[in-house]
Amino acid sequence: MNKWECLVCGWIYDEAEGAPDEGIAPGTRWEDVPDDWQCPECGVSKDDFEMVKV
Amino acid sequence: MDSVSIVIIGTGLAGYNLAREIRKRSPDANRLTLITRDDGAFYSKPMLSNALAKQKQAADLPIGDADKMRADLNATILTHTMVTSIDRTAKSLQLDNGEPLNYDKLVIATGADPIRFPMDGDGNDDVLVVNNLDDYATFREKLQDTSAVAIIGPGLIGCEFANDLTQTGHNVTVIGPDKAPMSTMLPTEVGRVLQDALSKLGVTWHLELTTSAINKKQQGYQLTLSDGQIVGADIVLSAIGLRANMALAEDAGVDCQRGIVVDRQLRTSDEDIYALGDCAEVAGLVLPFVMPLMNSARALAATLCGEPTAVSYPAMPVLVKTPAMPTIVSMPPQGTKGEWEFTKMDDGIKALFKDGEQLLGFALLGDAVSEKQALTKELPTVLD
Repeated sequence: MNKWECLVCGWIYDEAEGAPDEGIAPGTRWEDVPDDWQCPECGVSKDDFEMVKV
Repeated sequence: MDSVSIVIIGTGLAGYNLAREIRKRSPDANRLTLITRDDGAFYSKPMLSNALAKQKQAADLPIGDADKMRADLNATILTHTMVTSIDRTAKSLQLDNGEPLNYDKLVIATGADPIRFPMDGDGNDDVLVVNNLDDYATFREKLQDTSAVAIIGPGLIGCEFANDLTQTGHNVTVIGPDKAPMSTMLPTEVGRVLQDALSKLGVTWHLELTTSAINKKQQGYQLTLSDGQIVGADIVLSAIGLRANMALAEDAGVDCQRGIVVDRQLRTSDEDIYALGDCAEVAGLVLPFVMPLMNSARALAATLCGEPTAVSYPAMPVLVKTPAMPTIVSMPPQGTKGEWEFTKMDDGIKALFKDGEQLLGFALLGDAVSEKQALTKELPTVLD
């Protein structure tokens, strides 16, 4: 499981947690998050996320 | 639709995100030109106020440089170039380094610059602001080997920097006329909760005071406050607010108030000129945050690609990057009637602004941030 960080606002998508509030189930891989999904904090698209090493 | 020449002034989040949205719709149909006074690196301004704790140097922040953006956007990007005037009749721009540049559709995305409040003393010119990547680089450089930082302005940006600077071991003092931090966004007793959390990290506050003079000392600076107190600092950072960059539009006779006045289609009083982002006043609202800008970029891209689209704004709570006390605010619309209700949490506070049963705004601090999603659903949309 990886984490992806929004390069615009710093919000982190954790694949393990998903984004249940946005309808994305825990365990959803980044590549399976829909392409038109937007950062819940700032509204940018998936292109602006980068994998973060933890 | 015929191919048109779209010129965007500014390569901040507004300019670049608009260009990207245009290219998603028309990969090569329109000619796209962006003009910037800096080097054209694409970076996120909101990240400048929490980049220290992440140990990011200025060079680490850009998502792409001008060459990458030219390739990604299939666009001409004129860097280190200033637009000196707009000729609306000829539909051309005068640049500071040569030929006029013609446009069919012009977009002003010039952002906002920090307000500077001149103070007495020989240190006034050394006061730093951090509003772009170059400013951040200067700030990083000056921070080296310093221990005390004075921040003038206890607003959102001032608080974010205060929090960030404690993470690098700096002694931080915040000065401002407000009763409590973030006074334009938070009720006083909510601001105090944020203030206390930052105090625990060692931040010192001089509130309800202004800075009357800044003088150079052998090492660092000496600030004289309005009550005569003296505060010493190695670096002074000013964060007292932003003002829309609208001089170009004003000089060209385009309607401006607090920002460049645009309608729901982001169109100014000139039908071929548009504005978005921190420089724009959209249907009476100046909202210098990322979410409104992204909504505007998507709507304007559609309009410019031949599908006239009005921008809509959902409720857009603002996340304040103060890890010491996570804070999320959705300000009640200006002039609405209602009352604040406060609920203290073990750590933090929940403040709801209601008119009867209708929730109109909130401030969620600490433990209360977990309620953000549920409460946001209860808020009315900002622009339908």
